[in-house]
Amino acid sequence: MTDKATVLPRLIEIIEPFNKKDIELNADTSFAKDLELDSLTVMDLVAEIEDEYDILLPVNMLPDLETIGDVAGAVAKIKSA
Amino acid sequence: MSDTSDMGDESVPARPDLFDKFDPLVAQYDGLIASGHRDPFHLQMDQILSPTRAVVNGKEIILVGTYNYMGMTFDPDVIEAGQKALAEFGAGTTGSRVLNGTFQGHAECEAALREFYDMEHAMVFSTGYQANLGLMSAIAGRGDYIVLDADSHASIYDGCAMGNADVVRFKHNDVADLEKRLKRIPEGAGVLVVLEGVYSMVGDIAPLKEMVAVAKAAGAMIAVDEAHAMGFFGENGRGVFEQAGVEDDVDFVVGTFSKSVGTVGGFIVSNHPKFEVLRFVARPYVYTASLPPAVVACSATSIRKLRYAYDKRIHLWEASRHLHRSLREAGFTLGTDTAQSAIIAVKMPDQETSARMWAALIDEGVYVNMVPPQATPGLHLLRCSLCADHTKEQVEEIIARFKRAAATAELPLEI
Ligand SMILES: Cc1ncc(COP(=O)(O)O)c(C=O)c1O
Repeated sequence: MTDKATVLPRLIEIIEPFNKKDIELNADTSFAKDLELDSLTVMDLVAEIEDEYDILLPVNMLPDLETIGDVAGAVAKIKSA
Repeated sequence: MSDTSDMGDESVPARPDLFDKFDPLVAQYDGLIASGHRDPFHLQMDQILSPTRAVVNGKEIILVGTYNYMGMTFDPDVIEAGQKALAEFGAGTTGSRVLNGTFQGHAECEAALREFYDMEHAMVFSTGYQANLGLMSAIAGRGDYIVLDADSHASIYDGCAMGNADVVRFKHNDVADLEKRLKRIPEGAGVLVVLEGVYSMVGDIAPLKEMVAVAKAAGAMIAVDEAHAMGFFGENGRGVFEQAGVEDDVDFVVGTFSKSVGTVGGFIVSNHPKFEVLRFVARPYVYTASLPPAVVACSATSIRKLRYAYDKRIHLWEASRHLHRSLREAGFTLGTDTAQSAIIAVKMPDQETSARMWAALIDEGVYVNMVPPQATPGLHLLRCSLCADHTKEQVEEIIARFKRAAATAELPLEI
């Protein structure tokens, strides 16, 4: 089963290499405000998440995914669809 | 109304100035100007002497950044057709293509395009930007997928943003990445893959044969934007898709009149039997005025001549390859290993050097594009585009001036 709680720890592992500011990562961490990722880095990160779960995260969905928790929720929803 | 900030009207809630969000950009621009350089984004051409020569501040310069690939802007037949249409049909149409804005010239222009591409349908828009907006926003609806190259032109991205389809990006020119993403699209969903023949940032071309094969195998429809390839790729000048031999597999070709055709306007051509319905559902076609009569007359004449412009094609390729090879030998760092198109992008180490080099080139009498950093994140580019009308002597001059400008701008060369 894939729910938000099981996705979250693995998602944080995937995001860790992008954590250039070495901050603590949790469900509330914001990609723009806390991690300060630029658009090119976001694209690389999205590709890694897509490959890990063998899914598509469409570009038009990204503005709604502000925090790591949002992404975990979206991944869980797509996987269980 | 004057400044009311100190009137303290309690009934009006305080709100931020909507322009505050642009402060970082304004600061960046102000920094550029304060460093004492010319302003690369507000250059004024006082006179245009030919497709390759202009006058700026009383001084003649060679134009090497116009996308005027085939030099049609001053073609005598093109000018004559425009003058005749201006006299006979007036200055403008004052109307949409679907109301009073379709004149004989628009129909003529669409006929010229059908002939040029050997396709059943052609639709002329007011710009290429709008042609992409129209196609992307109209044909892919909710539940459909648009799959596009990460380096796609802004008009393709903006068209997607106007529509309701799910938008999926693949890595620039990466066939395996495209294939992987196509495999993840749910069964039963409609799919449009959007490609470009030539990518204008560094002038590289797409591996269309391989990409089209992968897209076809996934059952997708395919659109190719040939904005920077029309006129000089392929036997008939149709574009990279003609050169790659995939004409029968491409569903839509998007193009512009603002480059090789030498005017302004955009178009889509297609063999799809239901294509004409786009005239009702593509909002950027319906809700804007059509091109002026002189513009469509110039365009139709130019398109008809482009088909047979074999000598110009050969000359443009020679000039592009020669400039690329010479700049490379002189130690400049270029966007591609060989000349893949008539765009030659010169990489700069940083924004500051880029501005200095651009200004030194203007002082030497050479205009190139300084690509705004927002358009190419992580890259600082000075972009040259060649014209079939650049003479051998002009190309030698451009090379010599690039070398002198690099010395003035203290641009490190790798020799
Ligand atoms: C790939 C591509 N598509 C579309 C356009 C838009 O063309 P137009 O200038 O006709 O709006 C351009 C030009 O900037 C382009 O480079």
